[in-house]
Amino acid sequence: MTEIFTIALIFSTIRTATPLLLAALGGLYSERAGVINIALEGLMLAGAFTAAAVTHYAGSPWAGLLAGIGAGVLVAAIHAVACIRFNADQVVSGTAINILMTGVPAMLSGALFLSSGSTPQIPRDDLIPWTPVVLALLLVGVTWYVLYRTPFGLRLRAVGENPEAADAAGVNVNGVRYSAVLLSGALAAIGGAYLSIGQSSLFTRNMTSGRGFIALAALIFGKWRPVQTMLACLLFGFTEAISIQMQGVFKPWGEEIPVQFISIVPYVLTIVVLAGFIGLSRAPRALGIPYQKEK
Amino acid sequence: MLELRDITKRFGNVLANDGVSIKVRPGTIHAIVGENGAGKSTAMRIAYGFYTADGGDILVDGEVRRISTPHDAIALGVGMVHQHFMLVEPMTVAENIVLGAETGGVASLDLGKAADEIRALSDEFKLSVDPRATVESLSVGQQQRVELLKALYRRARLLILDEPTAVLTPPEVEEFFAILRRMREQGKTVVIITHKLSEVLAISDDVTVMRDGRVVGRVETSRTNAAELARLMVGRDVLLRVEKTDAAGDGAAVLGVKDLTVTARDGKRRLDGVSFEVRAGEIVGIAGVEGNGQTELIETLAGLTATGHTASGEVEFEGRAITRLNSRARRELGVAHIPEDRHRRGLLLDFDLAENSILGDHYRKPAVSGFGNVFLNDRGIRARALQVINDFDVRPPDPDLPARSLSGGNQQKLIIGREFEINPKLLLVSQPTRGVDIGAIEFIHRKLVALRDAGCAVLLVSAELEEVTALADRLLIMREGSVVGEVDPKRATVEEIGLLMTGGK
Repeated sequence: MTEIFTIALIFSTIRTATPLLLAALGGLYSERAGVINIALEGLMLAGAFTAAAVTHYAGSPWAGLLAGIGAGVLVAAIHAVACIRFNADQVVSGTAINILMTGVPAMLSGALFLSSGSTPQIPRDDLIPWTPVVLALLLVGVTWYVLYRTPFGLRLRAVGENPEAADAAGVNVNGVRYSAVLLSGALAAIGGAYLSIGQSSLFTRNMTSGRGFIALAALIFGKWRPVQTMLACLLFGFTEAISIQMQGVFKPWGEEIPVQFISIVPYVLTIVVLAGFIGLSRAPRALGIPYQKEK
Repeated sequence: MLELRDITKRFGNVLANDGVSIKVRPGTIHAIVGENGAGKSTAMRIAYGFYTADGGDILVDGEVRRISTPHDAIALGVGMVHQHFMLVEPMTVAENIVLGAETGGVASLDLGKAADEIRALSDEFKLSVDPRATVESLSVGQQQRVELLKALYRRARLLILDEPTAVLTPPEVEEFFAILRRMREQGKTVVIITHKLSEVLAISDDVTVMRDGRVVGRVETSRTNAAELARLMVGRDVLLRVEKTDAAGDGAAVLGVKDLTVTARDGKRRLDGVSFEVRAGEIVGIAGVEGNGQTELIETLAGLTATGHTASGEVEFEGRAITRLNSRARRELGVAHIPEDRHRRGLLLDFDLAENSILGDHYRKPAVSGFGNVFLNDRGIRARALQVINDFDVRPPDPDLPARSLSGGNQQKLIIGREFEINPKLLLVSQPTRGVDIGAIEFIHRKLVALRDAGCAVLLVSAELEEVTALADRLLIMREGSVVGEVDPKRATVEEIGLLMTGGK
């Protein structure tokens, strides 16, 4: 077993946790403000594709990252307008965005690169393998500070708990919600960009493979708090990292366990965590409820 | 200080405010009275920017101002404490007070400094509130003081208080009035919305009376009295007592309860060997401090024993044991139930009045029709709803409105009307007038007496001692799950009943 638990495993854990953490922190802003963000998956895809495509054309991962953030914000804006302006069902809107984002990148890459599967390879020098990792860890502290030590954070929490009370206190409820949802788009998009121009070197179709949902699970497991959410992301990252390392190494019965079985571990853990802990963790009270005056 | 001029506000088909003009003099306590649904809260919510008026002007300090959000109102020195507190419960007192009025830059939230200011304000008005406590750990009275502090922290010069005493116990009300008087001494102006006339007379300088969305009277408090205000509010003379003849008292026993005991899961007896009878044509009242088994008694008799509770003993209806019947079977026999908590047991708040008017009868005519009665009959339902609405004067009389949009009094009238529709032989009624305004109280009392006169047996539970003694022909007193005495409500004194209720000798 010792060959599995190494320093490399720790780094691998952090690297696999990074996209989860970025998306989960994005989700945290949105959900603490009372808007369910099941669209994290789609927002990550938007960021991943745009970052890879722009990096390919511009030759700069920074331009790619910025463009990815822009794409995430743009897609999040659809969710925000649907949910806040038009009081749409937040789960339905988020699901629609996820479905949309499985198709749009494929269509665009078909038009731009004559391949609906993936974007062209990006040279090794144009990747940013570590910046998003550091950024994600820094953002945990920043998010904590914003949430508990700034007026914006106070308003954000109040709007997610009791928007009527916030309104009565003179807070612009919908304004706070818009900023929160757009912010979540930006963060989830960085998470997506990290997948395409950090961990790998191109965008492949549906490359997030459910990470947006795992991030959401981590957010719930972490009780919508930044530090606990980070720990939850690290746990999920750890299982994924270890499942990669175990492949071909872990032979409990002298036989190799099929790869497929090992790689389902993170998903099984997600289900177990959600089933076991969702009741214990108290969501922001106004989560999922549009704020309507004069009803 | 504040003036509303010709304010008009419409919600759908309902004209909630119709040319309302109110003038509040600075440094006074101004009461706005009226029945539920008279438009008092609407007018004040407009003044606070929670609603936007369809027409009319708001003047602050003599100047016409545009107040379209609470933020605008706060900037002009207007604060409001809502009937349902506007507090974020998991957050601390300081966080709640500072929210929306944070000082300092975007990157800093100095709660320590805010806490000091809050403490100073709290001392100035003797509110004794700890800024670091979380709101959900506070009593209702303390939460109300947090609301006052919120307004004071925002430098409010005018405070609008919507039904502030509804949630307070009598000693808390006294304390609260003392706070209001201190505020007036410090030069603040207070507007208090209420429908309790004794409070108007005790605390206010001026009174504005509203009815049906209009202002129907403006008087100085020192020049008026309860009877005049009640007449203005309701639009006619109001009987502040119940008018009834003696019960015939020789009817057959409709309800017989023998040795009824309800045991909770923890083994505690919520009802302990209760036995009594209710005869046709009499009202039997049950008095007692709340939580002494009255809820369990009424619910068990209605066939609604709470989960985890077990009942033993016998319940007879017209001589036949109904102990094992469920609520629907009991209802089919003619047992009607007006529950103590109309939101929990009485109504589906998001359903419309028509649907609510057939609850419990939803499976039988006229609510259903067709082959095997499997289809809802819209026409039958509407006819039933309109009948209830007309007979019980439910306002606004629109069967398509959700029950939620009605005032408490009108919700209660809807429930009572629905239960009367089954022509009950036994009526179980709990807290019939809780949160109901005086015009409707009088109406409900008359209906209950009329039902008794028609030969129905009525079992009445009320926390208002005045109400049970006025309505009941016989009065049972409950304490700790047992009936500890029976008195003649016409002869017994309040002291006598009070002693039985509390067990003091």
